[in-house]
Amino acid sequence: MGEPVLSVRDLTTSFRGPQGWTPVVKGLSFDLGPRETLAIVGESGSGKSVTALSLLKLVPAANGRVEGSALLGGRNLLSLPEGEMCRIRGNEIAMIFQEPMTSLNPVLTVGDQISEALILHRGMDRVAVRAESLHILDRVRIPAARERLDEYPHRFSGGMRQRVMIAMALACRPKVLIADEPTTALDVTVQAQILDLIRSLQDEFGMGVVFITHDMGVVAEIADRVLVMLRGDKVEEGETARIFTGPAHAYTRRLLAAVPTLGSMRGEAAPRKMPDFTEGGESAGPSAAPDRSPAYHDEPLLEVKGLTTRFEMRSGLLRRVSGRVHAVENVSFSLARGETLSLVGESGCGKSTTGRSILRLVEPLSGSVRFEGREAIGMGGAQLKALRRDMQMIFQDPYASLNPRIPVGRAIAEPIVVHGLAGRREAEERAADLLEKVGLEPGMATRLPHEFSGGQRQRVCIARALALSPKLIVADEAVSALDVSIKAQVLNLMLDLQSSLGLSYLFISHDMATVERVSHRIAVMYLGEIVEIGPRAAIIENPQHPYTRKLLSAVPVPDPARRGTRPPLPAEDLPSPVRAPDFVPPERIWRTVSQGHLVQEPS
Amino acid sequence: MTHAVLPGAPRGALHAMIRVFNVNKTSWAGLVILLAVIVIAVFAPLFTAHDPLAQDVTRQLSGPSMEHLFGTDEYGRDTWARLIYGARVSLAIGIASTVIAMLVGSSIGLLAGWYGGRFDAVMMQVMDVLLAFPSLILGLVIVAMLGASTPNIVFAIALTSIPPFARIARAPTIALKEREYVEACRSLGYSDARILLVHILPNIAAEIVVMGSLWLANAIRTEASLAFIGLGIKPPTPTWGGMIRSGFENILDSAWLAVVPSLAILIVIFALNLLGDGLRDAVDPKLKNEA
Repeated sequence: MGEPVLSVRDLTTSFRGPQGWTPVVKGLSFDLGPRETLAIVGESGSGKSVTALSLLKLVPAANGRVEGSALLGGRNLLSLPEGEMCRIRGNEIAMIFQEPMTSLNPVLTVGDQISEALILHRGMDRVAVRAESLHILDRVRIPAARERLDEYPHRFSGGMRQRVMIAMALACRPKVLIADEPTTALDVTVQAQILDLIRSLQDEFGMGVVFITHDMGVVAEIADRVLVMLRGDKVEEGETARIFTGPAHAYTRRLLAAVPTLGSMRGEAAPRKMPDFTEGGESAGPSAAPDRSPAYHDEPLLEVKGLTTRFEMRSGLLRRVSGRVHAVENVSFSLARGETLSLVGESGCGKSTTGRSILRLVEPLSGSVRFEGREAIGMGGAQLKALRRDMQMIFQDPYASLNPRIPVGRAIAEPIVVHGLAGRREAEERAADLLEKVGLEPGMATRLPHEFSGGQRQRVCIARALALSPKLIVADEAVSALDVSIKAQVLNLMLDLQSSLGLSYLFISHDMATVERVSHRIAVMYLGEIVEIGPRAAIIENPQHPYTRKLLSAVPVPDPARRGTRPPLPAEDLPSPVRAPDFVPPERIWRTVSQGHLVQEPS
Repeated sequence: MTHAVLPGAPRGALHAMIRVFNVNKTSWAGLVILLAVIVIAVFAPLFTAHDPLAQDVTRQLSGPSMEHLFGTDEYGRDTWARLIYGARVSLAIGIASTVIAMLVGSSIGLLAGWYGGRFDAVMMQVMDVLLAFPSLILGLVIVAMLGASTPNIVFAIALTSIPPFARIARAPTIALKEREYVEACRSLGYSDARILLVHILPNIAAEIVVMGSLWLANAIRTEASLAFIGLGIKPPTPTWGGMIRSGFENILDSAWLAVVPSLAILIVIFALNLLGDGLRDAVDPKLKNEA
């Protein structure tokens, strides 16, 4: 490493709370060389994002305090006055954020937003700015850049918006780019494209990149060096390969062990628990596979045939149907007792709508959902209420899926009372039992949801779903919002509950590595249709459909040795499932690859 | 997670109140003034020795004195006594009509937000029509048609105050409807009534209460305006609006007769606005934290 472009020493950031100043970043020091990528890794609350904000002096002065030094080109950023900092921000040091959907101003065209930085920092005139903006948009490989320059952000997909964000950040050729979870909100194939882009732009522009992420797979893909943070402290720093092969600190080892690796389950049929590293030491190793295997020979618990859900889009004065979102199109599958079927696919592929249609949270247009032999579509009133005892759902966002004003004990007891299974007192006792069952203290029943962490809340949600002793749980991205180590614990809990209660899961996820870990069978969804379905091993090891292959190859592998072996993906968006009102879905032909492994013939 | 939780269910309703008021200290002033007015109105006999209806022809239009703090009116009745007995009527009508408007308006808003579709469209059109009338004109028409009795005045004021409550309830209901926890409620087989009353209403109640405190001021003002143009409670029952009306006739020589009840209205409305603003400040950031 040559002369570092950014040199941070003893960075300490504190926030004022009710109990005085609390340090969130404690004495962090690191160097960033030119053309180097430093990944800052840690779980939520480790202070990695605050580090980024501190370097840009974006910490609110009213209740935040930044100490230490950050030298960029010989100047200490942290002691510069605000006016001078404004000239540096976006010019010499730039940042891209996690949420591409909200980081762009919706009322300005993309071209205007890119030009703004150029006019501000480089004093270009209109004509030059336009040429330069177009050039940058080309550089971030946005197809048809000339036409898109005058479009508004809402016309861009998430991946394309992130490209625009990158274009804005790079407009003034900064020496340092800080990327705060830039790909976390994106689909895996889009993530792969953006990572490729950042890497190649880094070579072109010769800038240093601070890449903040929680995803070890992404780290292995992109980082030269890794800095691991835990609760505001740097616990380890080193070359990426060294961190992955010989992590020195126990926390790094725990973090790495908790990451599910795609392809790690070769030759195994049943799901396997994650190694359980609890706080304080590596206690239990990988536990045995769940002892109960799915009851394939009995009548399936759930049989879905030809399920179709469409949403109408109306426009114009007469509110005529101008198009339909074919969210779920002719989806069929069955689920045995005690089995986990995963629905995987990227955003907008209809996997969530499939789950919701089965639970009748949205009304399907046609098709049949048989649950224990009974037809669920068209059920009403009391029958539907009875059906809902047997099917439950766990949602993605544990912050949004609990009523903020109801203590968790009552939230868990409520369904028991509503369904008349027990009186209030007995229901509350059962709630306490359920809390214990999901690994929480029964005494926590009187607490409100905001007094719990994300992982604990997700446990509460699981306890509430279990309150009615359901047979099927639809888990819609149930662990996607959780930190890796918490994710492992919640997944293990779900697997334990499956083996002790014989639950069936419909596991909806975009995360292939997690899916591999937990499922017996996998169904891959694309544009509302299942394109490939089969036993887990068959799908992962012998994918047939081109989309399945693309999806699998885009998954970042937490192994730096395998970096660069992946063919680059072209910059393109997922096609849209919106169709004209008179669109008739084509007949699909299915091919049997092996027993139970079916693939749709690509049209 | 760190702070201990008191046992027992309705924990800290009072605590929450105090915390709310501490966010905006001026709301304390509003609350104190309002409580003082209510206490004086309720226990009016303790605060005056005079009968508000007792006429004394020997003391017509006498100025403020030790005997009659704010003087007497054209029938020799004590202005202070009429003021505090009048507060009963003005506050009662204001509170009753606001509570009715709050209940009806937020029910309409909840149902319209929850069920959406045609019901929502029709209900909101009706609300827009109601809003299109200035509330005083609408109240005037209703009282003129139905007669100036207390229930009619309450009805008239309530009707004009329904639309803002419907709107303030509808918007967050639509937002909450999409929240995962409401979806979780549906998947747990809860009835619509249960979801609306137990899971949505408590989450929007704060905003409705804030609105209520601001509209109470409006209701009191409307009542006074109706009384001022002669469509209020019939004399001799004292009301603030009625007192201003009769005092207005002697405004040049006995100004206190109109000024004193006007000041009373001013103070109450001011107190309610302080309270409402304080509540609103307290409610907004809290909702952000919990979102």
